[in-house]
Amino acid sequence: MSTASPDVIDTVARRQSEIHAPSSPVVHFDASAPLRLACQQDLAPFSIAYETYGTLNPAKSNAILLCHALTADQYVASRHPITGKPGWWDNMVGPGKPIDTSRFFVICSNVLGGCMGSTGPASINPKTGAPYGLDFPVITLGDMVEAQARLMDHLGIDQLFAVIGGSMGGMQVLEWASRFKDRVFAAVPIATAAWHSSQNIAFHEVGRQAVMADPEWAGGNYYAAGKVPRNGLAVARMAAHITYLSEEALHRKFGRSLQDRSSLTFSFSADFQVESYLRHQGSTFVDRFDANSYLYITRALDYFDLREGRDGVLANAFRGTKTRFCVVSFTSDWLYPTRESRRIVQALNAVAANVSFVEIESDKGHDAFLLDEPTFHATVRGFLNAAALKRGLNGSAESRP
Amino acid sequence: MNAPDRSPPVAAKNNKPRVDHLLIAEMVEPGARVLDVGCGDGELLQLLSERRGVDGRGVELQRDKVNACVARGLSVIQGDADRDLDNYPDQAFDYAILSLTIQATRQPKTVLENLLRIGRRAIVSFPNFGHWRVRTALLFGGRMPLTANLPDIWYLTPNAHLCTIRDFADLCEHVDAKVERAVAFNDYERRLPIRWSLSMQNLFGEKAVFLLHGSKHT
Repeated sequence: MSTASPDVIDTVARRQSEIHAPSSPVVHFDASAPLRLACQQDLAPFSIAYETYGTLNPAKSNAILLCHALTADQYVASRHPITGKPGWWDNMVGPGKPIDTSRFFVICSNVLGGCMGSTGPASINPKTGAPYGLDFPVITLGDMVEAQARLMDHLGIDQLFAVIGGSMGGMQVLEWASRFKDRVFAAVPIATAAWHSSQNIAFHEVGRQAVMADPEWAGGNYYAAGKVPRNGLAVARMAAHITYLSEEALHRKFGRSLQDRSSLTFSFSADFQVESYLRHQGSTFVDRFDANSYLYITRALDYFDLREGRDGVLANAFRGTKTRFCVVSFTSDWLYPTRESRRIVQALNAVAANVSFVEIESDKGHDAFLLDEPTFHATVRGFLNAAALKRGLNGSAESRP
Repeated sequence: MNAPDRSPPVAAKNNKPRVDHLLIAEMVEPGARVLDVGCGDGELLQLLSERRGVDGRGVELQRDKVNACVARGLSVIQGDADRDLDNYPDQAFDYAILSLTIQATRQPKTVLENLLRIGRRAIVSFPNFGHWRVRTALLFGGRMPLTANLPDIWYLTPNAHLCTIRDFADLCEHVDAKVERAVAFNDYERRLPIRWSLSMQNLFGEKAVFLLHGSKHT
């Protein structure tokens, strides 16, 4: 860290503290209650960090679990402790918003492996007293959901009124609905898929190789040297970020506009605005995200296939479900396109599940689910209102006996 | 059945449920599981839910209508009668409804067979191309008819497979469907007397509603 600016040092220190002692509440599960992982290893002890909003009603029937995407965390509607930015779903979650925290008790936990207070590769391995690095077991989305279920047990919540999430969050929603059929009253998988496609895996492999090709990564042991594979992780983020946007959105935002200059420089500096934008995305991401965590979570995504262990039939994952589903896709999302959502809907129809499916017209690509899309917000609000009525949740949590 | 017809006249029907919807609501048992294929803005599903307490689902092709349905709390998927019915298991619903939609499908026979398979009963309503106004428009005007039920000019209409009441009755026989009840409405939205012959219904019925069940599932 020879030439690092004080700002960077400050960020690194804040990151370090969020790994081990997050700003949000955290629950520690000790060695007496290990988590049996899909890889057949037991993980113990482990911690799950989470944020909550609103009030749990006395019947504990108004809880909504929000599942975050690959690079998000538990700060869904509160200021991020490292970046200081508003929550990643600030436009969706809050009093009077579509996911109304004056009615619902909203929980969002950092996924297992997430390293924002939940146990992951940057956490201390109790066997060695040093960060796990690559000794951390390879985890799956199923493992993340099992850990979330432990958190619900801890909070005394038997049945969630709803589980909602976009992208990787949507996959967790599907895992919840298939693993814990009685614990999910309503499910909203958004901009997601029931398995990772070859193309999805390919993009992730590019990102992982970029991280691992960075000498600072040091075989995953960069913690000891006090280093961060900044360049590798930034490139991974840049490549991934392109998949979150549509060609149209990129064109509208940047076109071929030049960055702070009137003509081409005939060099490899960031002549174009789009280059400058991607570089910025890459470098700010590095400040808040652990590189090994990125490897583990992308791996978990690649391993995701809800058909597995179910005779290769997706519908088997939902057989017997009583959950009310609302599946949402976006027209310009090419990462998890509408046809992937349609597959989920077809599987749900095959078991005669209660399902709504809405494709939202948007040119903003995969990230549309995070943006201000009035039709999308109206859909979520309407679906939750109707489900709440069915669940006997009327009015606000405070007004209930 | 000579009870006086109390259906409201056309002029006074603003915001009132459509007569064919009211008839369908009459046909559906309370609390039934219902699939409405081509549910539009969800008017019928809402009516069935309010009046008959059904567990209703809808399929609708137009995205904005689907969004409106879901936003008002109905369980509706964006889909297509021709493509998306194959996925549903046999007898998943008590009633599979196709309201003024069959004429707009690409494969009406396949769609009808699917309805009879998915639902213990099927309810199909359609505009009658055998109505006297349609016949006279064609006979004397020499042009494709435009009526209240068939408002679109030929090159803009979604209707690819128009049929008459007789044609539909033939199709029912062809796919081995048993007609439990068939009601035609005249252009004043009044039910035609059921003692009228099929020919008379076909001449004076502007639209018809059939309650059917498949022969395999009785």
